[in-house]
Amino acid sequence: MDVDLRIKRFDPENDERPHWEEYRVTVDESDRVLDALHQVRWYQDGSLAFRRSCAHGVCGSDAMVINGENRLACVLLVRDVGSKITVEPLRGLPVLKDLVVDMDAFFAQYRKVMPWLVNETDPGDGERLQSPEQRARFDDTTKCILCAACTTSCPVYWANDTYVGPAAIVNAHRFIYDSRDEAGDERLEILDAQSGVWKCRTAFNCTDACPRGIRVTEAIQEVKRAIVRPHPESG
Amino acid sequence: MNVHRHTFDAVIVGAGGAGLRAAIETAGKCRTAVISKLYPTRSHTGAAQGGMCAALANVEEDSWEWHAFDTVKGGDYLVDQPAAEIMCREAVDAVIELEHFGLPFNRTPQGKIDQRRFGGHTRNHGEAPVKRACYAADRTGHMILQTLYQQCVARGVAFFDEFQVLDVAFVDGDPSRGVAGVVAHELATGDLHVFECSAALFATGGFGRIFKVSSNAHTLTGDGPGLLWRRGVPLEDMEFFQFHPTGINKLGILLSEAARGEGGILRNEDGERFMERYAPTVKDLAPRDMVSRAMLTEIRQGRGSGADKDYLYLDLTHLPPEQIDEKLPDIAEFVRTYLGIEPKTDLIPIQPTAHYAMGGIPTNVSAEVILDAEGTVAPGLYAAGECACVSVHGANRLGTNSLLDIVVFGRRGGAAMAEFVGGREPPGLAPGFEEAVAGTITALLGGVEGTERVADVRAELQEQMTLNASVFRTDESLRAVSATIDRLRARYLSVAVTDQSMRFNYELSEALELGYLLDVAQALVAAALARTESRGGHFRDDHPLRDDANWMRHSLAYRQPDGSIRLDYKPVVGGPYLPMERKY
Repeated sequence: MDVDLRIKRFDPENDERPHWEEYRVTVDESDRVLDALHQVRWYQDGSLAFRRSCAHGVCGSDAMVINGENRLACVLLVRDVGSKITVEPLRGLPVLKDLVVDMDAFFAQYRKVMPWLVNETDPGDGERLQSPEQRARFDDTTKCILCAACTTSCPVYWANDTYVGPAAIVNAHRFIYDSRDEAGDERLEILDAQSGVWKCRTAFNCTDACPRGIRVTEAIQEVKRAIVRPHPESG
Repeated sequence: MNVHRHTFDAVIVGAGGAGLRAAIETAGKCRTAVISKLYPTRSHTGAAQGGMCAALANVEEDSWEWHAFDTVKGGDYLVDQPAAEIMCREAVDAVIELEHFGLPFNRTPQGKIDQRRFGGHTRNHGEAPVKRACYAADRTGHMILQTLYQQCVARGVAFFDEFQVLDVAFVDGDPSRGVAGVVAHELATGDLHVFECSAALFATGGFGRIFKVSSNAHTLTGDGPGLLWRRGVPLEDMEFFQFHPTGINKLGILLSEAARGEGGILRNEDGERFMERYAPTVKDLAPRDMVSRAMLTEIRQGRGSGADKDYLYLDLTHLPPEQIDEKLPDIAEFVRTYLGIEPKTDLIPIQPTAHYAMGGIPTNVSAEVILDAEGTVAPGLYAAGECACVSVHGANRLGTNSLLDIVVFGRRGGAAMAEFVGGREPPGLAPGFEEAVAGTITALLGGVEGTERVADVRAELQEQMTLNASVFRTDESLRAVSATIDRLRARYLSVAVTDQSMRFNYELSEALELGYLLDVAQALVAAALARTESRGGHFRDDHPLRDDANWMRHSLAYRQPDGSIRLDYKPVVGGPYLPMERKY
């Protein structure tokens, strides 16, 4: 089938402001939107810049705005989006070229929440024990692939980029609710600050945007409750 | 072209599991730079699904010796047995360490790390499948990648993200005299960066993109092996490439062997569980080389499905739905997304997909790169993970042993490298070394009047490699694809990069990657043509039997100055397990 792609282009070397370009490509309806973008770069316009790697939704490279929604181009099939496809870079992060945005601020927010297991107790030779129920408690937020689809769908983040944003909170949640972790209080303190969870207005955009199906807004609410009521059922 | 210079003690090229694990080892011990053409969390370790084997015996009786035996037998006796013993013995500590790093493994009711079955892993030397794979649902690789990255962030590791390494410098241009640095191309600016260092560890992953249907990421193009090969380092056992039995039909997206570990069954068009005929004891859990050959035999004999009778089925419909939700959630979602069917009720169309390179940069068990059949070490040069060949996988890797390999040998390489650079100053690099890379880039950018498109040359390479050098090979097919590669190499010289921008010029990156794809494909075909036997992932229709009298040896492919290839060989390092017929 023929697909009309409308892509927002911007090359700061040559353009004063972004502009739209249109391409017609021939793809199968079972192809991914990523395949359509490849058709452009490989056969029509080699200058089209977009990130991609795994092409099946696990590496998080190709988050972008497709027909108005934050999606991974490799998880969305052409038949599910139709023959007119509009593609723009993620909102809220500086555009470096075409669909490539500057991820530095995003990863800096991630690093703020101490995204690693803290446990100073000597574990001995064996594994630390954790029941299946304790393990299930934080399963949802372990799925995050740091694609930034959630954070860049958040109207609060668009307006105020000092907000740590949904992805950083998801990654804090992953450790706060891990029974093995000992730094929950420190993370809650970080997220209780002005740039933290209280900025969230529960718009649910982040949950809709997550390509991994993480219940992002619920995770943020759980962190809020943990701040109000310290030492929750994290174990 | 702007050029920046940096000085570190150690440079790690690639930020998947092997590179990150090495960085954890060098952090705090020496000045380390991790250079990666992707953000680290985009690395393809994150796509690994099923698990990581270690004889923890948490669920049933097991021992690391049984694991080592399975690894040697699974590798069709081309495995260097002392290396396999090290890997399987250290597997236990490696898994425990990952747990201590925070990896969220699935748990037993007692709270220990849970384990499940995987292809080729057995109790007591082949008696029955054993539960040895430690796992986190069907996203074990994702959890390993995230956990190792988290540990690197905690340690303040210096990352150079979206820098593509394109060249390596040796003292006096001689790999046996020591490493002097690497040259990288910064995607965001087009600038070149020269990293002077005493040691470099390559962990650039695989090169499945030489084939048309592959489970590999677009970015897995053999950059590390390719650029080292151009500078005189040999490539070992390149003829051994693994095809994973259960790729989604046409797309090649991986559906984990854990699907069969959890009870999934392979069926042909007649609905027959055909693996009962090929591997009566372990059936669908036979090693991947055997299953992929069995599948293509079924298809050759007319028992495939679809209009072209060219695919088979993975059947999960008899599994309890909650087992699919809990143990295989991601692959179930891939099936829904890409095939539009429901794995709980529908048969899943599958075909073998190019998955894993057993061969690569030759190393010893300390991840030191070796340069010849005598084991001469390239001082300061290391390699680990899929781009390396220790050899722990021999002629066919067992499922889960890749995640194990990256953690065990990433750690060993990092430790050896940290020790090596202690008290050393980088030997220094003459100004202008980067001019070779600059020249290559300038030539590609200046080729606007060229007549060839990167995509066309690459597509023909992938098409012809799949047709002639995949699961079944013959002298004729390999000669045909060898001639094709020669023609494509000539066409590559006329490739045009139309984008003249310096910023995020992905057309240029893909053109550079295509050069490496052609390199590793050429090495693979030359080694496959020479090996007149069938062993593991290398099957010759015209030489269908294993030939231990002549071929218990590893190949070493060298690039000659005129572009041709010289092959040398070194013996397999034996151990307690004598070669026997491989039955399952």
